[in-house]
Amino acid sequence: MGPEGAGTGPEATATPGAWQVATVESVHTESPRVKLFRLKLPGRGNFQAGQYYDIRLSAPDGYQAQRSYSISSSPEEPDVIELTIELITDGEVSSYFHEVVEKGEKIELRGPIGGHFTWTPNYTEPVLLVAGGSGIAPLMSILRHRRTVGAASRMLLMFSVRTESDILFRRDLEQMASEDTNFELVITLTRAVPEGWAGETRRIDPQMIDAAFDMVSREAGGAFDGAKEPDRTFGRAYICGGTGFVESIASYLLETGMDYNEIRTERFGP
Amino acid sequence: MINNRFFGRRRPEPPRPIPPGQYLEDGFPVLSAGPTPRVDTATWEFTIQSSSANGSEGGSETLGSWDWDALNALPQTDFHTDIHCVTKWSKLDTDWRGVTIDTLFEDAGITDPDDFVMAFCDGGYTTNLPVEDIVDGKGLLAHTYDGEPLAPEHGGPVRLLVPHLYFWKSAKWVRGLKFMDQDAPGFWEGYGYNMYGDPWREQRYTGD
Ligand SMILES: Cc1cc2nc3c(=O)[nH]c(=O)nc-3n(C[C@H](O)[C@H](O)[C@H](O)COP(=O)(O)OP(=O)(O)OC[C@H]3O[C@@H](n4cnc5c(N)ncnc54)[C@H](O)[C@@H]3O)c2cc1C
Repeated sequence: MGPEGAGTGPEATATPGAWQVATVESVHTESPRVKLFRLKLPGRGNFQAGQYYDIRLSAPDGYQAQRSYSISSSPEEPDVIELTIELITDGEVSSYFHEVVEKGEKIELRGPIGGHFTWTPNYTEPVLLVAGGSGIAPLMSILRHRRTVGAASRMLLMFSVRTESDILFRRDLEQMASEDTNFELVITLTRAVPEGWAGETRRIDPQMIDAAFDMVSREAGGAFDGAKEPDRTFGRAYICGGTGFVESIASYLLETGMDYNEIRTERFGP
Repeated sequence: MINNRFFGRRRPEPPRPIPPGQYLEDGFPVLSAGPTPRVDTATWEFTIQSSSANGSEGGSETLGSWDWDALNALPQTDFHTDIHCVTKWSKLDTDWRGVTIDTLFEDAGITDPDDFVMAFCDGGYTTNLPVEDIVDGKGLLAHTYDGEPLAPEHGGPVRLLVPHLYFWKSAKWVRGLKFMDQDAPGFWEGYGYNMYGDPWREQRYTGD
């Protein structure tokens, strides 16, 4: 153990630009609690899938509030970022976005920020993505980027939401899963389960994660290196959502023997 | 720029000023780049290492080392302080107990330190700090929070506490300090976070 330990070498050096003013291009209600905001930036520059922006709201009397929001769109889309914002009850910034922001509104922001929770196509090992609710946002950017560049690396997304109406980006995800044999989608509903639901119906637990490992190792020998040990088939995991969700899944992945530095986490809130 | 219809919620008005861009948080959010590592106090050890000759990786020597019992046998210090996370929350009146960096330096006989340290941790996390910001009662090796052993997700068994800088400088699961004769970026600093991180000057990112 020493300062030369793994994980000290950043893969990308990023300097978020100065504050700039973006214009809301569209607002879309994606689920009862989540809206998508497409923001047009005067000069966006490049970002890596998984990064986020800081938003700053300023009241007429000078009071300001800042929060971070992940980019859910693909880096290939020019000059636009999409934010996936969940309404938090009594939330200062999210409720402003949900209740007030409409097309044409100007929003101050700076970014892109973050560098550990990012994926680039030159990483070719199989990847496990785990999302809770709006935690899908940065993973959506990764999946869209992967699709746009036509990356052949394997990905499996485990997506946990409360009810069927909370499944974000459902059409897009199901389409990716049906068109791309290297992408697997597991959706689990933790509260209400509609009749005929074929997916999972409980919180993500060790058995569900083991099943994901099995699924990928069963299909090994196909598109990816089947020589790996069955329980180590994912080279890396990205976990995003609330703190409790992220903590429990990250701890379990650590137990399975996955490399500490390949378990990448983003915690949105309590 | 003004958002004309934004008035803010300004829940609890801070009893004293907090740094710009921050808001008050009653809970204790968790922020780490990866999982919470399992750290066993039976094998835990904290070391202070000299800088490497000619900037090479090798050639550094151990100037002091303490196991769990040795750390607890040193004089203990309480910190009552506010903390400020770069993700915008601030928490007031937190209580910590541990061993000051001054005490460690004294115990190891370090009288002429280099100008900078790199803190290193279980899991590989690192963060850089000027030595003058962790001595003279400014830096603590904290093992107790609010009278209880520091919880693993908050950096237990031992984290660094340097409360006048953004909280990413207060490295969780800290295992040692390595002197550096020149400043060099740690983990988040290499990703565009500020090399120094003064919340009162809102030094969140490179160039702030
Ligand atoms: C790096 C990063 C990326 C993020 N990306 C996204 C994103 O893509 N989409 C998104 O919706 N959010 C995201 N968040 C969370 C976001 O920054 C805000 O914290 C969130 O929108 C709440 O802000 P607010 O002002 O509405 O609520 P606040 O006024 O800050 O909080 C109101 C109350 O709700 C609690 N609370 C705060 N956040 C949550 C939460 N997530 N769940 C439950 N309770 C909460 C607070 O503790 C407080 O008690 C991200 C956070 C980080 C650190």
